Amino acid sequence: MRIELQINGEAHEADVWEGESLLFALREQLGFPGSKNACEQGECGSCSVLLDGTLVCSCLVLAAQAEGHEVVTVEGLADDGRLHKVQEAFVAAGAVQCGFCTPGLVVAAADLLKRNVYPSDDDIREALSGNLCRCTGYAKIFDAVRMAAAAL
Amino acid sequence: MSETASPKLELGRVGDSTPRIDGVPKVTGEFAYSSDLQAAGMLWGHTVRSPHAHARIVSIDISEAVGMPGVHAVLTHEDVPGEKRYGLEFADQPVLAYERVRYYGEPVALVAAEHPEQARRAAGRIRVEYEPLEPVVDPERATEQDPLHPDRPTMSHGYRDDPRPNVVRSLLIRHGDPEADGEVTVSGVYEVGIQDQAFLGPESGLAVPDGEGGVDVYVATQWLHVDRDQVAPCLNLKPEQVRIHLAGVGGAFGGREDLSMQLHGALLALHTDRPVKIVYNREESFVGHIHRHPAKIWAEHRSTRDGKLVNVRVRILLDGGAYASSSTAVTSNAASFAVGPYAVDNALIESTCVYTNNPPCGAMRGFGAVQVCFAHEAQMDKLAEALDIDPIELRLLNALGPGGSLPTGQKITGTLPVADVIRRAAELDIPEQEELPRDPMRLPGGSGNTTRGEGVRRGVGFAVGFKNIGYSEGFDDYTAARVRLDADGSAEVHCAAAEVGQGVANVILQVARTELGSSDVVLAPHTTATVDSAGSASASRMTWMAAGAVRDACRAALEERQQNGGKAVDVERIYRHPRTTPLDPETGQITGERAHVAYACAAMRVVAEVDVELGLTRVVWIGTAQDVGKAVNPQAVTGQIEGGTAQGLGLALMEEIQTRDGLITNASFTDYLIPTTLDMPPVVSVLIEEAEPDAPYGVKGVGEPPTVVSTAAVVAALRAATGRELTRVPVKPDDIVGL
Repeated sequence: MRIELQINGEAHEADVWEGESLLFALREQLGFPGSKNACEQGECGSCSVLLDGTLVCSCLVLAAQAEGHEVVTVEGLADDGRLHKVQEAFVAAGAVQCGFCTPGLVVAAADLLKRNVYPSDDDIREALSGNLCRCTGYAKIFDAVRMAAAAL
Repeated sequence: MSETASPKLELGRVGDSTPRIDGVPKVTGEFAYSSDLQAAGMLWGHTVRSPHAHARIVSIDISEAVGMPGVHAVLTHEDVPGEKRYGLEFADQPVLAYERVRYYGEPVALVAAEHPEQARRAAGRIRVEYEPLEPVVDPERATEQDPLHPDRPTMSHGYRDDPRPNVVRSLLIRHGDPEADGEVTVSGVYEVGIQDQAFLGPESGLAVPDGEGGVDVYVATQWLHVDRDQVAPCLNLKPEQVRIHLAGVGGAFGGREDLSMQLHGALLALHTDRPVKIVYNREESFVGHIHRHPAKIWAEHRSTRDGKLVNVRVRILLDGGAYASSSTAVTSNAASFAVGPYAVDNALIESTCVYTNNPPCGAMRGFGAVQVCFAHEAQMDKLAEALDIDPIELRLLNALGPGGSLPTGQKITGTLPVADVIRRAAELDIPEQEELPRDPMRLPGGSGNTTRGEGVRRGVGFAVGFKNIGYSEGFDDYTAARVRLDADGSAEVHCAAAEVGQGVANVILQVARTELGSSDVVLAPHTTATVDSAGSASASRMTWMAAGAVRDACRAALEERQQNGGKAVDVERIYRHPRTTPLDPETGQITGERAHVAYACAAMRVVAEVDVELGLTRVVWIGTAQDVGKAVNPQAVTGQIEGGTAQGLGLALMEEIQTRDGLITNASFTDYLIPTTLDMPPVVSVLIEEAEPDAPYGVKGVGEPPTVVSTAAVVAALRAATGRELTRVPVKPDDIVGL
C-alpha cells in the first residue's frame, strides 16, 4: 500500500507492506537509517522518533499508521548543518561510545528539553529510562543533557 | 559501497581528552553501522536455526522453499565448498549443521530472497526432520555422559591430558604445599549465571561478490584478520580472495570475537552472485553469539590468626556450551586469577570447562576473572568476619604487588598497585543516607510506589580484583600499522584495529599526532585489504598494541623520509609485546619468564540500599580507583570505567540467560534485563597512573577491570545490608527476602 507522510519537514511517499513497521520503512525504503533497530519490542528506545511531536518507538508504529502524519527523526534535529545543542553536548561530554543507542537518546533528550527547560537529575533519569545504552553506564549521557540544558 | 578516510582530528595528543573522531556522524545518524549498509541488487539472507538443544538431523528438505516467491538460494551443509567446520581456536563448529545439532539456535540452513519477509517465509518451508537426543545440560554431570565431540578437538594442544568425556580443558595449578594448614579456615560455594553481552547493535553485515570468485564482507567484528582466516578455508578460497572490512560496530564486549554472519553471507553472495545482507533481530542475537561462562566455584581459604593467607584452594567448573570458542583461555584465566590480587605461598587450583548442550560460551568482558572475583572477594569478606579484622585491612595485609608472584610462579615484573587502588577507593567519601520519606524514584524498586521505605537497609561493600592485559600462554600476538607520510607532512595511518566503540581510533590518531608532530593525520578504513593483522579488540590489549605499532611505524616513516631527502614514504611495522610461554600441563607453573604479559587492577566501593521486605535493591553510589598505566584519552578511560561498571552491576542484580533443557527462554530485552538510567548510580573514578614499563607510553588496558570488580562489590554491599550470604549472581529478590 502507498503512504504519504512528512519526514523532517518534507513530503515523502513509500510503497509499504501491511505488516511493515515505521522503523523498517524509514530505514529501508525512505532513506532515513539513523533510527536504529535493536530490540523490535519497544524496550530499548534506539528507534525513537517524534510522531506529530510525540516521542514514540518507531518499531511499534506501523508504517501505515504514519500516513498523513509528521515524523521527525534524528536526521532532522540539526538545523541547516548546525548541530542541535543536545548533539553538540553528546559529542563534547563523551556520551557516545559505540553510538548505536545515540540517535534514540538524542531524540529523547531533545524532546525532554523541549518540555522541561530545567530538568532535575531525577527528571533526566526518568525521561531517558526507556533508552538502553550498553557502553556508557549513562553517566556521560546525564552530563550531556545537563550541558545541553544549560546551553539552550 | 563508499569508503572514506576519517576526518582530521583537530585536537589531542597522548594524554589529552579528545572528542570521538566518529562522534558527529554518530549523533546525526549518518554513521553507517553494519546493519545500515545497502548495495545495488542486494538480497536479504536468513538463517534457519535448530529448535532443539541436541538432536540428530534425519533429513533436510528444501524443495518447497526453493520455489517460494523472491527466493534466490537455499543452502545447507552440502553447499559448503571447503572445510565444513570452523572455530576461533579449534575448528569444532559446523558452518551449517550436519548429522546433529548441539545447541538451541545452531545454524542449519540459509535462504537469500529479495525481501527479508520473503526470506523468513521461505525459511519456514524448509523441512528439517530431527530425532531429539537427550541434552547434556548439567555441567557437573557432563564428564560422565556421552561425548558431544567424540574427536576431542581441544585435546593435544599442549594442555593437560584429561581423559574424561566432554572436557574442553582442565588445568591444575599446584603452588607451594597445596596441603598447608592455616589457623583459620573459611569456605564457600559460589555460582555465576550466564550473562549476555547484549550489545545494542545486533549481528549484521553485507557480503559482496567481487565477480572473480572472491568476496568482500563488511561486518561488525572484533578481529578482521581472524575472521578472514576462518572464512576463506570454508569457502575453499585463498585468504586474499576474502577481504573483511570493518563496518560500524554497535558494541562488542567479546560477543563479536566469533563469527556470526560472515561465512553465511559470503556463501549466499557467492551462490547468487548478488550482494547479500544479513541482519539478526534481538531474539536471533541471543543465540547468534557466545556468552559469558556460567560458573560454579568451590573455595577454601586458610589463614593465620592475624590474617595472612596461608593456602587457597579453589575448584572452578565452567560450562562452555556446545562449542569451544575461546573456552580454553577462559579456563586458564579463571585459574590464574582465582586467588585474586593477593600474595599466597600455597595454592591448589583446579579449573575445568566442559562441553554441554547449553548456549555456547566464550569471550565476555572480564574473561574468567569476573567469575572468580565474585568468589574470592566473598571469601575475603568471610575471612575478615571470621578473624574480626577490618576487610580493607585484610586485603591490604595480603595485597600482591611488584616482586610478588602468582600461583603460577610468575613474578610481577611490571606495575601492579594493588595496595594503592585499595587505599584510594577506600578513602573516597560516601554519600550520607537520604532521609525518609523521599521521592519514590529514589527508593529501591523505583517509582513503583509499593513502599515508603520502611524496609530499606543500607550496606557498603568493597572489592578488589585484577586481570591480565593481552593474550597469554605463548600466543604469538602482534599488531601491524602502516603509515604513509607525504612530502608535505600529511599522513595516513592504516591499522586494522577494530573500533568497537571503545575509542581506539582516537588512540591511533593521538599516537600518530604525538609521534609525527603534526595534526595533518587521517585514519584509513579498517580492513584486511591494505594492512596486516591488528589482532583482536579484546583482552584489554588494543590500546597497548595499536599504540605500539603506530608509534613504531611513525618513527620508521620519519627516519626513512629523512634518509631519502624528504620524499613521500609508506612503511609498515609489526609490534609485539614481551613474549609469553605456555603453562606446564601437569603443574600449571610457568615454563618461561611469563605466561601473562601484564596486569591491571581496580578496587571499588559500593553503597546500596535494599528493601529487605520486598527484595528490591537500589545502588546509590559507586566509587572506584583503577590502575590505568597511562590514560591516553582520560575522558574515554572514565567512559570505559563507567560502562564496564554497569555491566558488572547488571550481572550482580538482573542479567541471566534462562534456559530449560538447553533452550533459551528469555531471548529478548523484555525478559533479559540490562541496567537502565534508573539502575545506574553516579560512579566516581580515580585514575592511578603508574607507567607500565613494557608498554608504549606506559599504557594499560582499561576496559575489563571495572567489570571484574563491580559484580563482587555490588553483592558485597547487598550482603552488608541484608546479612545474607548471597552466593549466587544475579541476586534475586527471593534471595534477599529469604524465600
